[in-house]
Amino acid sequence: MLDRVAALGRTTLNTIAGAGAAFFMLMRALVGKPTLRKSWPLLMQQMYSVGVLSLVIIVVSGLFIGMVLGLQGYTILVDFGAEQSLGPMVALSLLRELGPVVTALLFAGRAGSALTAEIGLMKATEQLSSLEMMGVDPLRRVISPRFWAGFYSMPILALVFSAVGIYGGYLVGVRWLGVDDGAFWSVMQSNVEWGQDIVNGIIKSLVFAFVVTWIALYKGYSCTPTSVGISRATTSTVVTASLAVLGLDFVLTALMFG
Amino acid sequence: MQTAQKSTSNQPQTHSNDEALVVIDNIDFAHGFGAHQVYRGLSMRIPKGKITAVMGPSGIGKTTLLRLIGAQLRPQQGTITFAGENIHALGRSDLYELRKRMSMLFQSGALFTDMTVYDNVAFPIREHSQLPEEIIETIVKLKLEAVGLRGARHLMPAELSGGMARRAALARAIALDPELIMYDEPFAGQDPISMGVIVKLIKELNQSLGLTSIVVTHDVAEVMTIADYVYIIADKKVVGHGTPSELEASDDPLVHQFLHGEADGPVPFHYAAPSLEDELLGVDNAR
Amino acid sequence: MESRNTQLAVGFFVIIGVLALLFLGLQAANTSVVTNGETYKLYAKFDNIGGLKERSPVKVGGVVVGRVSKISLSGDYYEPLVEMTISQEYSEFSDTTSVSILTSGILGEQYIGLNPGFIDDTVEMLKDGDQIYDTKSALVLEDLIGQFLFSQGKD
Repeated sequence: MLDRVAALGRTTLNTIAGAGAAFFMLMRALVGKPTLRKSWPLLMQQMYSVGVLSLVIIVVSGLFIGMVLGLQGYTILVDFGAEQSLGPMVALSLLRELGPVVTALLFAGRAGSALTAEIGLMKATEQLSSLEMMGVDPLRRVISPRFWAGFYSMPILALVFSAVGIYGGYLVGVRWLGVDDGAFWSVMQSNVEWGQDIVNGIIKSLVFAFVVTWIALYKGYSCTPTSVGISRATTSTVVTASLAVLGLDFVLTALMFG
Repeated sequence: MQTAQKSTSNQPQTHSNDEALVVIDNIDFAHGFGAHQVYRGLSMRIPKGKITAVMGPSGIGKTTLLRLIGAQLRPQQGTITFAGENIHALGRSDLYELRKRMSMLFQSGALFTDMTVYDNVAFPIREHSQLPEEIIETIVKLKLEAVGLRGARHLMPAELSGGMARRAALARAIALDPELIMYDEPFAGQDPISMGVIVKLIKELNQSLGLTSIVVTHDVAEVMTIADYVYIIADKKVVGHGTPSELEASDDPLVHQFLHGEADGPVPFHYAAPSLEDELLGVDNAR
Repeated sequence: MESRNTQLAVGFFVIIGVLALLFLGLQAANTSVVTNGETYKLYAKFDNIGGLKERSPVKVGGVVVGRVSKISLSGDYYEPLVEMTISQEYSEFSDTTSVSILTSGILGEQYIGLNPGFIDDTVEMLKDGDQIYDTKSALVLEDLIGQFLFSQGKD
């Protein structure tokens, strides 16, 4: 009995230590003066693998989601004779919700899991320890550039997603189903607000970028350095990050538009 | 000839007049809030400029010992000093400064998989100095020459054999001319030829560069030929130490069992378990 | 060279992001009117504002000139007071201007319609912070039905 209590206590301590470690990992990775000469190429490299390489999946998904929105929205709106509202419907769904959220989910699956696996493998092959023993802080050298790359990339990806999605909605709504070209854009313009919709969408995706990248990096950094441990950490990154994004999205939506 | 002293006391014993580079004083260490005790009252002295071997059965936490010396892990009790400084009392930046003076050869080599052999060896130099690229090139070529891999500098780590990867990692480990180099199982999984190469390299580097070396291993035969001093760890503490010849002559049963690779002895063949009869009968009863 | 290609790719990536932002800002959103650029404020009191909300548009003859920026209750009788933020571009409204709360379509949102008044030497122009007194409240469906029934009963 007492053994179980002790085991519970140990698990609790380990959990708290884990949360604290995640916090300190980020703090130590971000605090401190960066040396531009060394950090810049590292950041570029990570922006490339995290951002540029995610562009294709973002563009393709954005286009299709926009096209589906156009199609579904049209069939519903046409019953009310309100197909002119297709523009704002597509644009607002994308800018406020789908752009940031779907981008974050895709990002967690595409880039987040890759980050976790990469860092997990670096840990398993003792590359992180080796850096430490060389007197190079792996938090600065490995974690920090990846964090910033994710933080900068995701809002850009979300913007691209929304823009491509709106174009997809335009293709289906205007080119295919025959909604009036002028009405599509003008009704959209009179309903979409720069500050309220676009800036809030960017703020959302910045928050998601922070959380998803952080989770991915910490899961990799703290994983058990075995093949099972890495695969668990990768799965856990996708699951945790997706749940965190959806939960946070509700909170942010309530704060911004509620 | 004297027999090996058994470490009944916890005090590090002075065995010669050598100055000690690393002193481990009575440390306790456990993983994960006491879940798994690794050391209890472990003490050691690593003499400067010598090769010290640390041996012991698998799973005894020899790698943990190196991580403690590198201050990647922190003992719950006791101190470790490197060149007179208590490494666990140092601040973060001082510690990173100190780590430039030591280096470690990991079991897997731990080469950075996204760089060529050349860039791997150049990495610590580029990180810690502002030297122009021509000088770095010279240094890297010299280091690679020392391990016989100058011709392989454009290969990626994935293209190297296990033995070559370890030699490349060794070149990287000595790139900054450290005072202390720690070898984690340098002989594990090597064929006899590359094993011979590594034994030769450890000895040569120690002599030519005046390095202090700690070799953690369980390959008795190889390490006994090059070690100046040997510690044997078992059961969370040092169970025997001395020069190789002293240990060979030791009549301590544990030391004897380990050095001669006997299957049963003070370190039992069986993992701790209830007796076989009880267990079989217990199964019978349950049925 | 490899790092140069990487940098190029990242550069294009950032440019694509900026283009997307420009597209969204210029093509999808109404950047031309209000909330950015010079604005001034006008006030109007109504008996009933119906379904008017903050950020509802303010239109002149269907053209958006500003937005409702604040709705509050004022005075001893708790009358709804609407603050409108109007673009500085349209600063020449006379004080004979009237405002009414209108509905776009049967199910549409409510907005404020400004009807510019006549201009001659005797009237002054509205300035920042002025109040418009000629107001027409929102039509509330229940009131309409009530009025209709009442007028039927009189016949």
